[in-house]
Amino acid sequence: MAILVGETTRLVVQGITGKEGTFHTLRNRAYGTQVVAGVTPGKGGESVEGIPVFDTVAEAAAETEPNTALVFVPPRFAADAIYEAAEAGMGCVVCVTEGIPVQDMTRVVSYLEGKDVILIGPNCPGVISPGKANVGIIPGEICMPGGVGLVSRSGTLTYQIVHELSQRGIGQSTCVGMGGDPVHGVGFVDALARFEDDPETRAMVMIGEIGGSDEERAAEYIEERVAKPVVAYVAGFSAPPGKRMGHAGAIITGSSGTAQAKAEALEAAGARVGRNPSEVGDLVAATLKG
Amino acid sequence: MDLYEHQGKELFGRHGIPLVESAVAATADEARRAAELLGGRVAVKAQVQIGGRGKGGGIALVKDPSEAEAAAARILAEGFRGSPVTRVLVEKLVDIADEFYAAITLDRSTGKYVAMVSVEGGMDIEEVARTNPAAIRRARLGPILGLKEFHVRFLTGHLPPAAHEGAGTVIRAMWEVLLGADATLVEVNPLCLLADGRVVALDSKVTLDDNALYRQPELAALRDTFPVDPTQARANEKGLQYVKLDGEVGIIGNGAGLVMATLDVVTQAGGRPANFLDVGGGASADSMATSLEVVLSDPGVRSVLVNIFGGITRGELVAQGIVAALARVDADVPIVVRLDGTNAEEGRRILAEAGHPMIVPAATMLEAARKAVELARTPASREVG
Repeated sequence: MAILVGETTRLVVQGITGKEGTFHTLRNRAYGTQVVAGVTPGKGGESVEGIPVFDTVAEAAAETEPNTALVFVPPRFAADAIYEAAEAGMGCVVCVTEGIPVQDMTRVVSYLEGKDVILIGPNCPGVISPGKANVGIIPGEICMPGGVGLVSRSGTLTYQIVHELSQRGIGQSTCVGMGGDPVHGVGFVDALARFEDDPETRAMVMIGEIGGSDEERAAEYIEERVAKPVVAYVAGFSAPPGKRMGHAGAIITGSSGTAQAKAEALEAAGARVGRNPSEVGDLVAATLKG
Repeated sequence: MDLYEHQGKELFGRHGIPLVESAVAATADEARRAAELLGGRVAVKAQVQIGGRGKGGGIALVKDPSEAEAAAARILAEGFRGSPVTRVLVEKLVDIADEFYAAITLDRSTGKYVAMVSVEGGMDIEEVARTNPAAIRRARLGPILGLKEFHVRFLTGHLPPAAHEGAGTVIRAMWEVLLGADATLVEVNPLCLLADGRVVALDSKVTLDDNALYRQPELAALRDTFPVDPTQARANEKGLQYVKLDGEVGIIGNGAGLVMATLDVVTQAGGRPANFLDVGGGASADSMATSLEVVLSDPGVRSVLVNIFGGITRGELVAQGIVAALARVDADVPIVVRLDGTNAEEGRRILAEAGHPMIVPAATMLEAARKAVELARTPASREVG
């Protein structure tokens, strides 16, 4: 099982001929992901190490039957790429691109409402179901197959916590990098719901950070709907209000969005909250034993 | 990117939001002349990106040009709450009949926008939300449908009838500003009904989306008018995310989340982070050298913690980067290095072989934090000189 990506994933990469696009496409394929096509406007007919390149996603879809798109195109064209993938029938779109104008994303997210398309990102590291498929830039080396579902707003911090798990011999069903932008596709609630329904997932880890209210909404959802154990981590306890910590979303505004408030909400909902990445590893180990 | 009040008002003016006559002044003399042209009775307002000007002495209401000159001289000399003030806005005093509040902002929980109008204005809106929530009307605005007349009628419906038409004009224009300028916040506080019946924006707060500045060249150019911190500029030039804090442990890491987590473990270990610095996905010798230079240029730094998780960038390359960086940078405080992830062992071996006197290796994030905090407390070589 696992969620979002797996053995049935057939991937088309938009922006495959760019430097990053080529590099990560080949890494994804080497990991075992079925990469069936690439798209770069104007480069139809070429190939990248045997992967056929098309001018449009629609053409790629007609010839190679992909069901998932991975977007590496530059920020000013990225929203268009997401529309193109959705219109061509992709059920899952993973957008790695960083720096998309938020107004473009509000339109994308409104457009996707009610459609049978799952967006992950933008500004995210992607999704990996260890041992099955890797769609994005998460280093496969640090993951191992197992029963923990992980969802995170951050990149390297995700790697750190996955590493803490793998080092303790705890594998992962799927790791979802939802991205750090204020307006995005799949959030904590969507991911937790999928993990709750996934028979392979025994426990969940959610990694939040300052800014917004995604963690608070996840806490409400956990309290009402989640039966499996949840271990959480929130980064940014020492971040001062009003200063943006790298991610577009990571800023404490007014009285809301603090790490303290998020951690308290999650604990009140029954999640166990680690104070640092290593403690998260310990808590997951204890949870799985207990 | 936040605009100053006068920049926001210029944007408002272009979209037809009624304003009170005003002029920007960079010197006390300019303020006096502006006051003369505006009839003498003016408000002299510090141009800063911090709230609370009214109560904190950042706005002076004066009755003649010489008072305007004195007020401007004081504000320009003193600054406001620790921030330097390089310009004041000299604005004609008007007879206010009533004060309201209006804002349109990105609502990240829905991925849409929210418009808000409050019958109580001129004060902190969060305070109004706490004490008198019924004073605020909210409407959710989707980017596809946009702002419709029914929204406007609802949003302004609880204001005094005399303000309905004027407030409606302002709200419609605010929505145009938001979309046209790629703003994530457009706020008018107070929105004033004047004795003569006009509804005007007496203040402006506009936050622009940094990701969209590439298609807003005129607004992007305003950044050049902002005060520049040389260290910050240096970091930005190299694509590093640097935020100065006021502790003694310098922090360098790769990835915003990991750096935030590093700040937290340093705090938990009893130290205070001196900064947030995200060196980005990889950690090349060049970016690492600049990062160390930026962090070490802060005289408050007593030790540095480098926390790198090698993902796609392998540990041995990161280690080589650090060693090469230390050949370029004259480090005078201990640098605790914690490397983990792909090929971390190889990386640690390279660091050990380099044998740099200032490098202190650490195996885990927690150990690294404890060491860095401890070393920051020991008298450092830089205190001698």
